[in-house]
Amino acid sequence: MDINDWRGISTVFLMICFIATWIWLWSSKRKKGFDEAANLPFADEVDHQQASTEKDARSSNAE
Amino acid sequence: MSSNLATAGEQPAYNYDIVRKFAVMTVVWGVVGMTVGVLIASQLAWPQLNDIMQPFSHFGRLRPLHTNAVIFAFGGCALFATSYYVVQRTCQATLFGGFLVPFTFWGWQLVILLAAITLPLGMTSSKEYAELEWPIDILITLVWVSYGIVFFGTIIKRKTSHIYVANWFFGAFILTVAILHVVNSAAIPVTLTKSYSAYAGAMDAMIQWWYGHNAVGFFLTAGFLGIMYYFVPKQAERPVYSYRLSIIHFWALISLYIWAGPHHLHYTALPDWTQGVGMVMSLILLAPSWGGMINGIMTLSGAWHKLRTDPTLRFLVVSLSFYGMSTFEGPMMSIKTVNALSHYTDWTVGHVHSGALGWVAMVSIGALYHLIPALLGRKEMWSVKLVNLHFWMATIGTVLYIASMWVNGIMQGLMWRAFNADGTLTYSFVESVEASYPGHYVRVLGGAIFLGGMLFMAYNTYRTFQAESDNAAAAQPQSA
Repeated sequence: MDINDWRGISTVFLMICFIATWIWLWSSKRKKGFDEAANLPFADEVDHQQASTEKDARSSNAE
Repeated sequence: MSSNLATAGEQPAYNYDIVRKFAVMTVVWGVVGMTVGVLIASQLAWPQLNDIMQPFSHFGRLRPLHTNAVIFAFGGCALFATSYYVVQRTCQATLFGGFLVPFTFWGWQLVILLAAITLPLGMTSSKEYAELEWPIDILITLVWVSYGIVFFGTIIKRKTSHIYVANWFFGAFILTVAILHVVNSAAIPVTLTKSYSAYAGAMDAMIQWWYGHNAVGFFLTAGFLGIMYYFVPKQAERPVYSYRLSIIHFWALISLYIWAGPHHLHYTALPDWTQGVGMVMSLILLAPSWGGMINGIMTLSGAWHKLRTDPTLRFLVVSLSFYGMSTFEGPMMSIKTVNALSHYTDWTVGHVHSGALGWVAMVSIGALYHLIPALLGRKEMWSVKLVNLHFWMATIGTVLYIASMWVNGIMQGLMWRAFNADGTLTYSFVESVEASYPGHYVRVLGGAIFLGGMLFMAYNTYRTFQAESDNAAAAQPQSA
């Protein structure tokens, strides 16, 4: 195998990794987990649970 | 929602003492580093200032002192303070590592002190942003490995199931800086204060700029994106715009940055294909950089009105605008034909400061204005008006700095490449220096305004701490 074959293969390999990451990320199964992770900065606040239930109530009122 | 998190409301006893120490030293080193910056900017405008105490006060010796002080002392302390705070709060665990935690603080301060002594004395390995001699490099390695143990140890003992995205950025920054530092600082010691690089020629140059650009990419970008991903959502009181975007731009950013170094060596002895790779990788880097900027700014969607009343949030958002601007300018300057004009001119200096003042300093300042009151259990700083004044001084100072350097840089580039009909150069080098004076005066002004803002911050921080200890003293007799 010529070094240029390896260059081509590595480019294709990285492309596949990139696309696979997108598919993995946008799978609807992971939405809940990502929402949880995104709320981690607020998770250790004393009034967090209370605040988030209030917010839920407010947003459901608005709908 | 938080079923698999530790029960909210039961905060473990976080180690805030170390965060407080680093936060205060961030402000102190910010003032010191930027003062040296204004001094050396003044030396370029009024060269007689080089002679204050020759040879220690010469520009060539003070310039590395300025870069080390602002990057590693100011920026480094900001990263230590925020990463220790964020990792504890998002992992809901106190810091791991016992005596290693205070060692990272005192060790890092010792490194800074040694830098402040050795650089004016002329002890240097002459590698940009890695000037410190080998005994100090070994101390840096010890501190950095301890930092890694403390940080990753805390992540391992976390009580949450997820590792929050800010910690991914901090983790990448700690790990990569360790590798960069050890590889680039490899040297053969001759005496206690003199060593020679383990590499030679074009390879030495390539390793230096692989290090140099990734110092920008991981120390000054990934680390500060970690700050952004915690403090912007926190200050805006809403979760980050897209958690998925944060993951994809994290992996894209860290896998691309590592290849961009050769753009510092266009049209040199570096093999041409390497320069080409560096340029292409730098251009692609625009996408993940803007992914981060968009994610940060869009976090404010629906909360834009908060910018009207909250100068801390304004610091954070304007820093993201400067981040977007410099990460557009960077790829553009890495294009070889553009680089032929911009390289070795003041444009490069302006570009660095658009990132350093506009992005790194402003996001750190914004984070500190959130962090300092939070550490003291207060709602806000002693004076929000002063925070607002600081915001405008920082913004105006940065804009004056970078605009003057654009004008100077393009002018220098055009003067250096101007030819007469007979093939001789139109301008001598010194004519381009003379033409640069107006821009150098404006730079001193911009830098001084930025430094003035930092002085207000130092005063505000002092008063905030004092107000808190007054409160504590007043509460004492009542409880007795």
